[in-house]
Amino acid sequence: MASLVIAEHDNAVLKDATAKTASAAAQLGAPVHVLVAGYQCGAVAAAAARLPGVEKILIADAQAFARMIAEPMEQLIVGLAPGYDAILAPATTNGKNYMPRVAAKLDVPQVSEILAVESPDTFRRPIYAGNAIQTVQAPAGKKVITVRTTAFKPLEGAGSAPVENVAAPADPGISKFVSEELSRSERPELTSAKIVISGGRGLQSGENFHLLEKIADKLHAALGASRAAVDAGFVPNDYQVGQTGKVVAPELYIAVGISGAIQHLAGMKDSKVIAAINKDEEAPIFQIADYGLVADLFKAIPEMEQELTRLGY
Amino acid sequence: MKVLVPVKRVIDFNIKVKVKGDQTGVDLSNVKMSMNPFDEIAVEEALRLREKGNATEVIAVSIGPQAAQETIRTALAMGADRGILVKAEGDVEPLAVAKILKAICEEEKPGLVILGKQAIDDDSNQTGQMLAALLGWPQGTFAHKIELSDAAISVEREIDGGLQTVELKLPAVVTTDLRLNEPRYASLPNIMKAKKKPIAEKTPADYHVDATPRLKVIKVTEPPKRRAGVKVKTAAELVDKLKNEAGVI
Repeated sequence: MASLVIAEHDNAVLKDATAKTASAAAQLGAPVHVLVAGYQCGAVAAAAARLPGVEKILIADAQAFARMIAEPMEQLIVGLAPGYDAILAPATTNGKNYMPRVAAKLDVPQVSEILAVESPDTFRRPIYAGNAIQTVQAPAGKKVITVRTTAFKPLEGAGSAPVENVAAPADPGISKFVSEELSRSERPELTSAKIVISGGRGLQSGENFHLLEKIADKLHAALGASRAAVDAGFVPNDYQVGQTGKVVAPELYIAVGISGAIQHLAGMKDSKVIAAINKDEEAPIFQIADYGLVADLFKAIPEMEQELTRLGY
Repeated sequence: MKVLVPVKRVIDFNIKVKVKGDQTGVDLSNVKMSMNPFDEIAVEEALRLREKGNATEVIAVSIGPQAAQETIRTALAMGADRGILVKAEGDVEPLAVAKILKAICEEEKPGLVILGKQAIDDDSNQTGQMLAALLGWPQGTFAHKIELSDAAISVEREIDGGLQTVELKLPAVVTTDLRLNEPRYASLPNIMKAKKKPIAEKTPADYHVDATPRLKVIKVTEPPKRRAGVKVKTAAELVDKLKNEAGVI
């Protein structure tokens, strides 16, 4: 049988997380199908059809799926489950929301946030905020898996999978979407950006994040923050990098005014290169940074900006 | 309306965990244990609902070893009315926990279950959603703010792109995110009072649930270590290193 990947998208754009989840699914060795559940999401299905290594796209287009609310998503996926050995979703806030419902309904344990596929039933996953790595074997039967997408690279190439409509089950009618308040930004998305620059409590105010924005604009970087900065109200919650926020693994992570609490490190320590700017020489962030600059960020960041300008960034 | 608050006993969040030499797990001997921080937020939210007159009784449930009784006592000291301890040794997986909680919900008939979005030990982030599915209830995960009305609850949720509000018919399950509230400290008089509050003791068998783990843990290892790199002296030197040595800008 095949593996089913649940696509991450916003009804207009197929998110990168889908290709990475499909790449994890491909390692299970069975053909990969992708389910696009959304509303007026034909463009997303068309984009999914071009993913390499995907055999078939299923599209469920109904208003109930517009925001991927958990209850209708559960009904849809559970209805499709008999045709699949494994069901995988990215460990986004959407995937984390609907997948455990699917697992419970199928009476199988879910394997959360896999980092690696050791064999079709054995996976590596982080526990204790990534301070330990567990290798677990799932029992015989269906596998329900969420994927930490930063741990998988999308497959190379392009495909041309057929798109098939699937009927949408009736909305259970126990939950409804009311509103959304999304941060608008011209910058790349935090979880898929090549460069991330994050600020911590050391920034002292939300206004001071503008200092980082200037660098972010020059480097086409995404902006992030530590939990301390979010809790202090400097920036909205969706900026948070860490165990309970977003997990990122960019080519370059620049931590500014961030001391490096365990819970923050859990969200960024798999970055390829880490640079840290902090005035406290003893800050734990320096223990994992490839490049450390002990300096007052209010002096160092403008200097960094000038240097980038001088070099033509 | 009753509010049920499941609480888990985990390694205190301030403790740096050590992986055991034989790779069977994490060393739990002589380590400070506490209530899962997200569950503390859940207890606090339930207490606020009772204080506002929205809830009549707050029941704390824990599934774990006898020592999990301390975790229930912590909830009682914060202000919960009574406790239920379901005694089970070793790891109990989220699905088994959800099945036990489902049986308790059928007995107690709460209007709302509030629990942490994840436990900081196994980081599964499953139990609340699984419970909701088993009961056929709606869920408001990663709650940032909740508002209760007669037959519904509005939950503002922390999602990847920002915030999302959903409206759920009651009964419902809510899982807490960090910024829902700041949990209170238990006062000494309340700690004393908590000692007299009742805790019922049960076993998974009482609820006809087999709590044997179904996932097989093959091994637990240390994550790959990162080593500290070099210190640079100026911002210009940092830019130079990033550009010419690391080649990442």
